Amino acid sequence: MSPLKIKKGTSKHSAYDLRSNYADTQETHTLAVIVDNEAGVLARVIGLFSGRGYNIDSLTVAEIDHQGHRSRITVVTTGTPQVIEQIKSQLSRMVPVYEVHDLTVEGPSVERELALLKVVGEGEKRVEALRLADIFRANVVDSTLESFVFEITGPPEKIDAFAELMRPLGLEEVARTGVAALSRGGSGSLGVASDKVTADVTGGANA
Amino acid sequence: MSRQMTGAQMVVKALKDQGVDTIFGYPGGAVLPIYDEIFQQNDIRHVLVRHEQAAVHAAEGYARSTGKPGVALVTSGPGATNAVTGLTDALMDSIPIVVLTGQVPTFMIGNDAFQEADTVGITRPCTKHNWLVKETEKLPGVIHQAFHVATKGRPGPVLVDIPKDVQFASARYTSPEKAPVGHYQPRTKGDATAIAELARMMETAERPILYTGGGVINSGDEATRLLRELAGATNFPVTSTLMGLGAYPASGDNWLGMLGMHGLYEANMAMHGCDLMICVGARFDDRITGRVDAFSPNSKKAHIDIDPSSINKVIHVDVPIIGDVASVLGDLLEVWKERGAKTNEEGIARWWSQISEWKKTRCLDYAPSKETIKPQHAVERLEALTRDHPKRYITTEVGQHQMWAAQYLHFNEPNRWMTSGGLGTMGYGFPASVGVQMAHPDALVINVAGEASWLMNMQEMGTVAQYRLPVKQFILNNERLGMVRQWQELLHGERYSHSWSESLPDFVKLAESFGIKGLTVSDPADLDDAIREMLDHDGPVIFDCLVEKHENCFPMIPSGAPHNEMLLGNASTKDAIGSKGAVLV
Ligand SMILES: Cc1cc2nc3c(=O)[nH]c(=O)nc-3n(C[C@H](O)[C@H](O)[C@H](O)COP(=O)(O)OP(=O)(O)OC[C@H]3O[C@@H](n4cnc5c(N)ncnc54)[C@H](O)[C@@H]3O)c2cc1C
Ligand SMILES: Cc1ncc(C[n+]2csc(CCOP(=O)(O)OP(=O)(O)O)c2C)c(N)n1
Repeated sequence: MSPLKIKKGTSKHSAYDLRSNYADTQETHTLAVIVDNEAGVLARVIGLFSGRGYNIDSLTVAEIDHQGHRSRITVVTTGTPQVIEQIKSQLSRMVPVYEVHDLTVEGPSVERELALLKVVGEGEKRVEALRLADIFRANVVDSTLESFVFEITGPPEKIDAFAELMRPLGLEEVARTGVAALSRGGSGSLGVASDKVTADVTGGANA
Repeated sequence: MSRQMTGAQMVVKALKDQGVDTIFGYPGGAVLPIYDEIFQQNDIRHVLVRHEQAAVHAAEGYARSTGKPGVALVTSGPGATNAVTGLTDALMDSIPIVVLTGQVPTFMIGNDAFQEADTVGITRPCTKHNWLVKETEKLPGVIHQAFHVATKGRPGPVLVDIPKDVQFASARYTSPEKAPVGHYQPRTKGDATAIAELARMMETAERPILYTGGGVINSGDEATRLLRELAGATNFPVTSTLMGLGAYPASGDNWLGMLGMHGLYEANMAMHGCDLMICVGARFDDRITGRVDAFSPNSKKAHIDIDPSSINKVIHVDVPIIGDVASVLGDLLEVWKERGAKTNEEGIARWWSQISEWKKTRCLDYAPSKETIKPQHAVERLEALTRDHPKRYITTEVGQHQMWAAQYLHFNEPNRWMTSGGLGTMGYGFPASVGVQMAHPDALVINVAGEASWLMNMQEMGTVAQYRLPVKQFILNNERLGMVRQWQELLHGERYSHSWSESLPDFVKLAESFGIKGLTVSDPADLDDAIREMLDHDGPVIFDCLVEKHENCFPMIPSGAPHNEMLLGNASTKDAIGSKGAVLV
């Protein structure tokens, strides 16, 4: 695990920063939460957000280490800096949680989402849909004479943009996976190499 | 050593291995195998309460008065749902308890089986953690982990849900030493840089204050000792929240009394005017801060807390120190002494003379009466007549009486004061007194109660009669939901909507119907004798103290007001709370 580059006043370590005043501006953060893949763990995380009135913009979860039974939850949330700090502290004190990383502030990261879009149409519209799909590097994964199912991967904004363009061309259905995110560069085996998962990273497994 | 045994046997064995000597419970179909095992052994005492809520509060009382985790055992469905209030109470007040619930057999879960409830679902938000155990071989490990989680870091309630077939099936037992340790290992040692920073601030502060809370009690005896040493060595004044009373002795030289909504004038003024606030194991609750943007506006704030989520939650602090109170205070004292053990003596002397000015307000004074017993007077007399008892433990219900108990009773030791602070659960005190008395058979255990709260768990008279628990139920009977009535007087134009205690029982007859001693007193002249009679009686007593009906509890910081705007006893209360404050609770 590489040293985490943490901006002032943003992670749990920010406890040691002197933030003069809480801004009431809203920020959107992407958090990676490594948890024991035990029964109810997702309900716990979701319950925390609903119970304390935090927002969930997107949430994805899957087991990433089958031997260690660890899952990675990627959650995109919006709130004031104070709320974001609370969310991270509240998450990291949960018993099944190993680590909480704020990918938005811990250096550069990549975010990707996969979406499937069904576009139904004929003639000019159909051709236009295919042309745009090509520009967006969307693949055709199913087609009939009057429909396509496109598969597109990218940052959420790209998918938003693509879906917007497809709307007048006969967009019928959208399925999105939600965001998966990783830090850039050669660092990090978050949650996979169990011997490297130390309490220090998040400042302790916490109360 | 591991050998085959049934799940039910494992439960009893695991409890023994965890050092449990007492459990509070109530049987039912889904826990019968465990009850069968309890029947066949003598190491663990089982106390049959009369309601599952009481089992959990009793476990809380046991835990808070011993520093050890309390244990409750209840059946599935209604047994588990009845435990929910107690679990939430323990979560809010950071009390370590382990609640075991029965569940319908695994193959029936999800079928709306008889007495099935989604116990782990229902209790997920009101436990620190919970488990549904579906395989017998995992049961001992989970129970051991449950004790670990309940007691480590910020303590709290945990729940283990055990289906009936898991109790019947056999597997190998795992001892605590061999049980898989989870990765849950909260950090206890504070950051050295932050501690050094605080030590430096202590040297120059002119108006310092130690704002201490329940975390000192949670941390244990060493934390209490170090807090006393710190206050003594620095001559800093000390105040405490409701939850922290007794950590610093009320008889100590530096004691300012409780702070907060019903705290002492001098404590709140000192909090408002200080230049260095050292928060030790307290959580800036809204009963403390009042109006957040006017809270102690000119101070630097340090916060020692084991739970990072307590830090910067309500009040932004300058020096946060995540760690256990005992560990951090130990390090802090060491660093501060290494640096020469300096304080700004001159400044602090001026500060103390300012504080003694505030003390002259005599904010706990009240108008005495020869005709009716003033509730404050009753508590003062209780204090006078019990203060020398070497083993006095106090529990309370919730309301005005609770605040008067906090104001007029003096605690010189930790773990002697059990009250429901965060959730404010009426009905807490009676069962909690049962738990305390079970833990300390020869102690004097008094529940200072309001009649309305007391009625909420009065079925526990059966328990105290059965086990001959000599708890004293000191009921300040104002025939009102006093605290509610006070708020209606201050906030709702004296429209006393449903804040009467109508149709009260005759408490003496009620007690006698359970074979318990009942006492009633209404004349101030008889009060001392009646209290003595209560204390001298070797057994439980229901003490019905008829007090002034419309007394208000002061001082009071009205909701939405800053600390330096307190209502005092002699102040007019009309329109004290503005319309903005009225929406706050
Ligand atoms: C009717 C009513 C009126 C009330 N009025 C008042 C009032 O006037 N004044 C008042 O003070 N309260 C009052 N309360 C109680 C109030 O609601 C809160 O329960 C109380 O103030 C919280 O106390 P605390 O801050 O000490 O926190 P606690 O709830 O005791 O929390 C302890 C804190 O310490 C931390 N901690 C735990 N263990 C450790 C450890 N080992 N090391 C370090 N940190 C640790 C925890 O993380 C937590 O942040 C009232 C309650 C009621 C019902
Ligand atoms: C279970 C529960 N229900 C309601 C309340 C709201 N409440 C707080 S104090 C109070 C009145 C308590 O009356 P009593 O026990 O007689 O005490 P007093 O205030 O008169 O001393 C009420 C209803 C509560 N705290 N708990």
